[in-house]
Amino acid sequence: MKSSAYSRSYRFLHYGLLAFYVIFALFPLYWLLKVSVTPNDLLYSEGIRLWPSRPSLAHYTFVLAHSDFPLFFKNSVIVSGSTAVLVTLVAALSGYAMSRFDFRGKMWLVGLMLVTQMFPLVMLVAPIFKLFSPLGLTNSLTGLVIVYTAFNVPFATFLMQSFFDGIPKDLEEAAMIDGASRFRAFQQIILPLTLPGVAATLGFVFTAAWSELLFALMLVSKAGASTFPVGLLSFVSKFSVDFGQMMAAGVLALIPACLFFLLIQRYLVQGLTAGAVKG
Amino acid sequence: MASIEIQGVGKSYGAMPVLHHVDLSIQDGEFVVLIGPSGCGKSTLLRMIAGLEGITSGAIRIGGQVVNELAPKDRDIAMVFQSYALYPHMTVRDNMSYSLRLRGTPVERMTSVVSAAASKLGLDALLDRKPRTLSGGQRQRVAMGRSIVRQPKAFLFDEPLSNLDARLREQMRVEIKKLHRELGTTSIYVTHDQVEAMTLADRIVAMNGGVIQQVGTPLDLYERPTNLFVAGFIGSPAINILEGRLRCDGERRSVEIGSGERISTAPLAHGHDGQDVRVGIRPEDVQISPKADGGPTAHVELVEPMGLGTIVHIRATHHALKAFVLERVDYPVGTSISYELPASKLHIFDAMTGQRFPE
Amino acid sequence: MTTVPLYEESAHRKHTPWRRIMLAVEPYIYIAPSVLLITMIMLVPLVIGLSYAFRDIQLINPFSGGFIGLEHFRTLWTDAAFWHSMKNTLVWTFASVVLQFAFGLVLALLLNNPFPGRGIVQALVFLPWAVPTFLSGLNWAWLFNPVVGPLPHWMAALGILSAPENILSDPSLAMWGPIAANVWWGIPFFAITLLAALQSIPQDIYEAASIDGAGPWRRFTDITLPFLAPTIAITVLLRTVWIANFADLIIVMTNGGPADQTQIVSSYIFTQAFRRLDFGYASAVAMVLLILLLAYSFVIILLRQAMLKR
Repeated sequence: MKSSAYSRSYRFLHYGLLAFYVIFALFPLYWLLKVSVTPNDLLYSEGIRLWPSRPSLAHYTFVLAHSDFPLFFKNSVIVSGSTAVLVTLVAALSGYAMSRFDFRGKMWLVGLMLVTQMFPLVMLVAPIFKLFSPLGLTNSLTGLVIVYTAFNVPFATFLMQSFFDGIPKDLEEAAMIDGASRFRAFQQIILPLTLPGVAATLGFVFTAAWSELLFALMLVSKAGASTFPVGLLSFVSKFSVDFGQMMAAGVLALIPACLFFLLIQRYLVQGLTAGAVKG
Repeated sequence: MASIEIQGVGKSYGAMPVLHHVDLSIQDGEFVVLIGPSGCGKSTLLRMIAGLEGITSGAIRIGGQVVNELAPKDRDIAMVFQSYALYPHMTVRDNMSYSLRLRGTPVERMTSVVSAAASKLGLDALLDRKPRTLSGGQRQRVAMGRSIVRQPKAFLFDEPLSNLDARLREQMRVEIKKLHRELGTTSIYVTHDQVEAMTLADRIVAMNGGVIQQVGTPLDLYERPTNLFVAGFIGSPAINILEGRLRCDGERRSVEIGSGERISTAPLAHGHDGQDVRVGIRPEDVQISPKADGGPTAHVELVEPMGLGTIVHIRATHHALKAFVLERVDYPVGTSISYELPASKLHIFDAMTGQRFPE
Repeated sequence: MTTVPLYEESAHRKHTPWRRIMLAVEPYIYIAPSVLLITMIMLVPLVIGLSYAFRDIQLINPFSGGFIGLEHFRTLWTDAAFWHSMKNTLVWTFASVVLQFAFGLVLALLLNNPFPGRGIVQALVFLPWAVPTFLSGLNWAWLFNPVVGPLPHWMAALGILSAPENILSDPSLAMWGPIAANVWWGIPFFAITLLAALQSIPQDIYEAASIDGAGPWRRFTDITLPFLAPTIAITVLLRTVWIANFADLIIVMTNGGPADQTQIVSSYIFTQAFRRLDFGYASAVAMVLLILLLAYSFVIILLRQAMLKR
């Protein structure tokens, strides 16, 4: 049975390669978790053991009770949450316009939004700092929300547009003939049908805002308004030997990201192709 | 209920014209079918009446009032879409009552109107279901129900049956016709299916390339097509079109088909000797017989049994013809056959303009 | 038939010019918030930033701010660190894109055919994409750290390193640290987009090819690759721009060090602005980067046009 031998070796290769990918994807995260539950006295003696002989949650207790991380976490939730809500509102409107209207300047708007996805945002760091500081928007969560909202609107617009494109135009035409104004049809017919898309957009934007680092570093210098990435990074440079605590904090940063990943998993393809370039 | 007047209506997308100066007036209570190949502008015209497309030039009146600038919601018309456009997140009941709710109709009145419409369409048992759980035919009925609850000034149908299979299509066609007889509401119906057009319409409007080709009763269009397009579009199996030449011999006129076969015709108003013409004859008007009786002969190329009758494809020296006969004939391929083209059944068109010769 | 009015005729008739205006204005109302935000937070700063390139703007020096013409660009021309960062940008971008793409394509092919457990495997291998970038950077920095990470020990055991040391502090190897993190984090992006493209290839084309006598390899080269080609071209080209701009991992993992060995242009801009607070010079470097990327995008557009014509 030549063909079954072939298919067996093929299957073996297939699963072998997949196992490699799964291990490669998960190992770093596993290691993060492992160090975070390794007590300090075992960290050096059991350097590369795969699981500590005596796991403990001491680092988590410390991080939660005696560090600023709960504050950073709260700041990040506020910033990412508000950004996600604002972006989704704004992008729902503009995405709808892109999907349903033909208007003068549409091509320019699409071009503009595509360009904003391509150009180095890092070049805006200095001018935004200069513009924001007299307005009191540096060292403030509001400032970060404004910046993140603007940065994510183009991508979210394309994403929402792709969801609206999936809903037949006939539906709101039927509603308009039934006696609804366009905005009413949008509200009562189209939006309810786009709810999964709205949820996915919220998830994508939340994740993006949650991981933003450079503008948070530049615009916020006082600890009270630091987001999680900034807090973690300054913790790393200050206490660079408390590995257990750093990794416990790292695991905490991972939790919301993983939750939102579950939420948006079904829409990954749409999300990635909508931005085309968005990480 | 209302009449609809379309006066000099044109439509273009940018520099691309899709409708040229369309004039049409539809009587109160009339059932008018717009027919034509895809891209002929029939759907665009319907959507302009609905208010879903802007009007580039001309005027549309519903019940005497110019509606050019009115939003669809203020035109008081109902429309059945090809895709049905049922709201997926609403029950059948909510789908049907949505328009009434938007207008703040009292609840008791709404309930009674919806249940009356539902029982008329046999939807009583389905009122609490979501559209997704319905079959194609049921969805189609809901779409109709949504239109009739409002008692609008007019019904617009945009190829409402084209997503159904052949049997259901036939059944719904009958129901639409009954419904129209019962309600008497002005209806405009767009289709590319000439059987629907023939069976439903009080009047058919045949369109091509954004221009109205002919307006008339179904039999008008069938028996006196005004040009080659209408002749070819209406009728199945399609009309035979032969090349020919006009012959004038004093007062007597005849057409010469192929090599010298002459058929004398009714007197034509004009035309000169030797002018190129196209001669149309419907397959059921071609008479064939298996024995040579002195007429022109041809041989059988193909026989298509239809159940109801038979289509016989024959080929003479200069042209091919289809003949439709009610008998169940079964000629072997190659059988020699004689045929006749009765002069009174010929449609003669100018080869240059495609227009029917005036008689 | 009965003609009981179901509702009052609304009094809309006198508003016709209003409707005409509304119809014309409506789309712009929907896009206004987006346009406003993008203009205020991206376009205005962009223009201001470009003007900084010709001014002497240092945050810590209150007397700065004067117009200095092309002075920054002259400095730039002789700035060895800048030229070095240009070279590093090429290495960083090329290595990251090639590796992400190659691993991503293989992963997409592995996931393309159904097998038991595909859903869960897919979720697991795509998970790195969800990890915040700063955390991926830190995570990999820790893995490369011989104190808590296993990688140096394993690499020493395999003979790749002579001793279990941190490659991030070795000037000749440091760049591979961020590249490794970037590849780990970016494989899912390519895998997801390529998988979507793979799944959109109609199955009956493969069936037709098998009937015509094509084996698995011929089916891959004659059907899969031509179908994937447009997706591959567009994602690789766009991703290249994105990665060239992507400074987070480098800033987190090495901060451009040791001795500027891992500095790429965008991290160099950030360092100038953030650490030296020299906004003028940072903007000049940014302007050069922008021009280079515009030129690159222009080439892409030309290529795309040429491809479409074919």
